[in-house]
Amino acid sequence: MLKVNNLRAGIEEKEILKGINLEIKAGEVHAIMGPNGSGKSTLSSVIAGKEEYEVLDGDILLNGESILEMDPEERAHEGVFLSFQYPVEIPGVTVTNFIKTAINESRKARGLEDMPASDMLKMIREKSELLEIDRKFLSRSLNEGFSGGEKKRNEIFQMAMLEPKLSILDETDSGLDIDALRIVANGVNKLRSEDNAVLVITHYQRLLEYIVPDVVHVLVDGKIVKTGGKELALELEEKGYDWIKAELA
Amino acid sequence: MSLKDKLVSSHIVFQESLDPDSPIYDVRNEAIKHFEEAGFPTKKDEAWKYTSLNKIIKPDYSIFPNGEAGLDYKDVKRYFLHSLDTYKIVFIDGVFSSHLSETTHAGIDVCTMRSALTKSKYKAVIDVYFNKIAPKESLISLNTAFAKEGAYINIPKNKVADKPIEIIHFSTGNEAATMLQPRNLVVAGENAEVQIIERHQSLTENPVLTNSVTEIFADKRANVDYYKIQNDTPEASLIDNTYVDQYDDTIVSVHTFSLGGKLTRNNLNFYQKGEHIDSILKGVTIIGEKQHVDHNTLVHHAQPNCESHQDYKGIYDDNSTGVFNGKVYVDKIAQKTNAYQSNNNILVDDKATINSKPQLEIFADDVRCSHGCTIGQLDESALFYLRSRGIPKKEARALLMYAFANTVLESVKIPQLKERITKQIANKLGVNVGFAL
Repeated sequence: MLKVNNLRAGIEEKEILKGINLEIKAGEVHAIMGPNGSGKSTLSSVIAGKEEYEVLDGDILLNGESILEMDPEERAHEGVFLSFQYPVEIPGVTVTNFIKTAINESRKARGLEDMPASDMLKMIREKSELLEIDRKFLSRSLNEGFSGGEKKRNEIFQMAMLEPKLSILDETDSGLDIDALRIVANGVNKLRSEDNAVLVITHYQRLLEYIVPDVVHVLVDGKIVKTGGKELALELEEKGYDWIKAELA
Repeated sequence: MSLKDKLVSSHIVFQESLDPDSPIYDVRNEAIKHFEEAGFPTKKDEAWKYTSLNKIIKPDYSIFPNGEAGLDYKDVKRYFLHSLDTYKIVFIDGVFSSHLSETTHAGIDVCTMRSALTKSKYKAVIDVYFNKIAPKESLISLNTAFAKEGAYINIPKNKVADKPIEIIHFSTGNEAATMLQPRNLVVAGENAEVQIIERHQSLTENPVLTNSVTEIFADKRANVDYYKIQNDTPEASLIDNTYVDQYDDTIVSVHTFSLGGKLTRNNLNFYQKGEHIDSILKGVTIIGEKQHVDHNTLVHHAQPNCESHQDYKGIYDDNSTGVFNGKVYVDKIAQKTNAYQSNNNILVDDKATINSKPQLEIFADDVRCSHGCTIGQLDESALFYLRSRGIPKKEARALLMYAFANTVLESVKIPQLKERITKQIANKLGVNVGFAL
């Protein structure tokens, strides 16, 4: 599904990712853990196509094709989804209208007609139930005045609606209380299938109790320094990142 | 001959055609004298530092345009709020069109300034209100000197206008260049309520210069809700001079949507003359090419316990220029004043310019006054957020600009008008964002 080859990237001449190699197969969940400043969010932004980052070397392949030259919207049309750590507030545009626009723009890019309104409504109803989202919430302005939990649930709701192939969850657990965390994780788990893949980016092990990864990678100073099974996350939680750093030194 | 000389000499002819017993005969004479002394404002005047009229006053304008052009409703329907039942006061090249208008005298007066200035039954109102708040400034004097037509709206005590009133000034391009000087008067008595929508619309590419003066009086507890739609052709220029007198417990709001025209200057002035007054001034400006929009606002807090709210949003593309000059005066006795002013701008193109100048003069010590001004580009992280959801760059930009202007749009109280302006803004931004905005 996703293949990252020797990816080096940075911002304003500062190299942040220093040679990342990563392969995620369809049906898998991978987690990337790492201390603050290790490059976790940079990696997610670069995969989604944020323009302020410059790719210095290497490649990112989605189903065998390089996406480096694609605009963020083209990557979305190809099935890349990023759940933002800090979703942006858009006053005056409701959640429903926003998601309709996003879905129909993706359909347009694939040469399809707009989704019929009745299908759209049905889908919105189903997916909002999955995320335990109140109907009133859908007519509010996108992220405006949302609590931390509401913002993250709304991100996963969008993921559910857009049905991406590769979902990147960037610090989705930050700002969530335990109930919201359970709802969000439950939503993600229900959306998992043999045809899609999930990349969970997190500082803490907590979220991984709910979204259980197949593979855990540890990112330190722009490089993946250790890869293992789900037990690696527990080990990190117990010993902290200093243990890895010490091991490296 | 310069436009000034032409105006001064034309006034002699104009004066001869008027009734010497008119309640404003002397007022007009005084006014032309003042204009002759003062002339058109220049960039040397502090209030006109960023707006030059030089190019605008060059064409050889017809000062008394031939007013015989007719218009069919079907051809101009789109300029009306046709989905809504309204009173209409419509002018074609400065001449009242009874055919396109719907006036009334049933409890309220919605009619023409010509009637008000010539019929004796209106004399009492004209004597009390005409030319009483507009200050002695050259463009006001010029308008007063030639004042004969415009909208006259009088909502007496305890009356509520049962539907909104549209004031529309069409210019047909009948003349190679047309100058129009409408004069409007709005009087809202105690507890009266009225909603007004005003637009100036040129129907051709011939130059038009409109120098409009509107005086609004709101007596105790009156509520006046006024909308100005400025979406004119590239050769049409507008100088809008609006003056509002507010007494105890009144709410007057003026929304200005500046979406087109060559040069648009809004002189919008509020005078608070009682307590517990709320003055609301809001505007959205979206222009491009070489267009120029200047908002020159004044709120004069002269009594205690009042509020004012100013919110102006501007989006400037290409070589367009914007000016925001917002003055707030708080007199020494105007304690407990709450005055808010905000002016936010997005420069879409590097060549676009905005001059934003808040001016607060506060002489009272127990007040809350705030002002904020921002000039920037679109938020890149917001743009990335939308694009990462599959919304293309152009549409994403439009959506963000719409969201930016939305704080002003959401306070439009006439739903049909709100929908109309929203569509115009979407058009202006060059997109169909795929849903009913």
